[in-house]
Amino acid sequence: MENLLEIRNLKITTLRGKQSVRLLDKVDLNIAKKRSFGIVGESGCGKSITANAILGLLPYPLRVAEGSIRYDSKAGERELLQLSKKELREVRGQEISMIFQEPMTSLDPIFTVEMQMYEALSFHHPGLARGEMRDRALEMLRRVNIPRPEQTLTSYPHQLSGGQLQRIMIAIALINDPRLLLADEPTTALDVTIQAQILRLMNDLKEQNDTSIIMITHDLGVIAETCEEVAVFYAGQVVEQANVVELFGQTAHPYTLGLLRAVTSLGGESRKLYTIPGIVPPGGQWAQGCRFADRCEKCMEKCRQAMPALTEVVPGHLCRCFLHSEEVEQ
Amino acid sequence: MRDYIIRRLLMLIPILIGVSIAIFVIMQLIPGDVVSGILGIEETPELRAMWEAKLGLDKPLVEQYFSWIGKAVTGDFGESFRTGEAVFPEIMKRFKISAELALLACVIAWIIALPLGILSSLKRNSVIDRIVRVVALLGVSVPNFASATLLILFFSKAFNYYSPVKYVGLFENFGTNMEIMILPAFILGSIMAGSVMRMTRSSMLEVLRQDYIKAVRAKGAPERVTIFRHAFKNSSIPIVTLIGMQIGGLMGGTVVIEQIFSIPGLGQYTLTGISQRDFPVVQGCVLFIAFVYVIVNLLVDILYTYIDPRISYS
Repeated sequence: MENLLEIRNLKITTLRGKQSVRLLDKVDLNIAKKRSFGIVGESGCGKSITANAILGLLPYPLRVAEGSIRYDSKAGERELLQLSKKELREVRGQEISMIFQEPMTSLDPIFTVEMQMYEALSFHHPGLARGEMRDRALEMLRRVNIPRPEQTLTSYPHQLSGGQLQRIMIAIALINDPRLLLADEPTTALDVTIQAQILRLMNDLKEQNDTSIIMITHDLGVIAETCEEVAVFYAGQVVEQANVVELFGQTAHPYTLGLLRAVTSLGGESRKLYTIPGIVPPGGQWAQGCRFADRCEKCMEKCRQAMPALTEVVPGHLCRCFLHSEEVEQ
Repeated sequence: MRDYIIRRLLMLIPILIGVSIAIFVIMQLIPGDVVSGILGIEETPELRAMWEAKLGLDKPLVEQYFSWIGKAVTGDFGESFRTGEAVFPEIMKRFKISAELALLACVIAWIIALPLGILSSLKRNSVIDRIVRVVALLGVSVPNFASATLLILFFSKAFNYYSPVKYVGLFENFGTNMEIMILPAFILGSIMAGSVMRMTRSSMLEVLRQDYIKAVRAKGAPERVTIFRHAFKNSSIPIVTLIGMQIGGLMGGTVVIEQIFSIPGLGQYTLTGISQRDFPVVQGCVLFIAFVYVIVNLLVDILYTYIDPRISYS
């Protein structure tokens, strides 16, 4: 396999009453080895559930209705959606790890940091002696720049700050040298100075370990800081995908353009903050045609009648918009 | 922690004094007295005066109360007006029986409720969950005297089985003792099981939604570890609170069941004491029950600190 992870035609549905409602629609993504891949979009666009689907962590009643997620594991190529529960557990935390939005609630409040770090090791290396686990845990805490690691080890989560907890979450996620790290809005709950530190730390660790990262965020600043390749999600679809320089330099989709214009900038002349009018249509209530049509400044007649296909604007730059291609989604 | 325990034990003093005053007042307010109970139709003013003098009932109320409490602080709870037997040893003897019944009921309740509550939360909205919820509702809502009477009838009619009438101690004959205790313990346990099951289910559902459960799964945890080490332990605080209150309540709450199954426990003793206006017996029993209640609650509060490191009393 050329890529580390290949998502094909992924569809995720939920139940509303007895009705099945689609939340994610025919998503294709390729995550290259040793690269950072960003997924950006508003709340409810399907970015988090994509990450959860990779590790089989979708909460009931969400489920993968269709598609394939192929992963190039240490032991050869695997179809993640076909794995048994046991095989999936072997992948989780060892090959693919995940960190979450809220560090304050991501660690079990009634166990020490030590115990929760040892757990991550012992699930995958059951024979490990306590001393070895302790050495490994301390080494990881040092690598994520935790001051006084010995003392932190015996602390409970409520005794630590959000920034420290997120560092610990990263240490736990990387303790088994995974090949892929799913970061689901890892800095959203942290204040700005801590955000920058955490992002820098993730970049450094990625360089040291050759870990690929899928960075899920609603913050284009985070994408610019950390990612090489970006997919923009809107209403359960990829609407634009390109490398980060191309995406910010040659933005093609009106939605991405809107997101960029809505980014606040420090300095410069004061102006009214730009907002994209309207709201994201909720899952399953998508009109026929382009899903962004109602909010688009450049909406045309045919945008409301047919759905544009995701097509290549220039090599490596995909966009789903009739401004760039006449091709209609089948 | 030690200071906390000492503080809590000191708080027992005002609680017990308050309870004793309340009981004393109530006993004065209910019509009828112990002397007319003893004398019955043979009552004459002379006999009455004699008995009142003998029991100390001729003295002013305040003096009566203080002479009782004066002895009570030294551990002497006095003698029964009716039988003349010392109250405290009788309470201890009967407490052992009630405690056995309560403990047995708890064990039965937990064996039923905890696994089913957990199962129900894991298989949310499945057939099993629905059955468990209906059964739990039945357990909570059917009055225990009704289910007790029906169960006795059922066993006697269907299997021609009658449990032994005369109480036999646990250490005298284990088998016979169990024969006597298991049915009432089951009735009491099933009522407790209903609410414990509901509490376990809702508490587990709450915890299973938490981020750290997803994070534990993302680390590659076996489901068994996720459920028991993380989810159940985190959801156990409200369950422990409920169980603590139930154990405290069981001390005095077994009256009806002890009566139906004629078990000579603390509840039965208290009830007899009340109906005979036997003041030292009632006062002793109620104080003892209040004492046990407070101690059980203290133990529960101490237990919290072992479950959740965020709770500390220092």
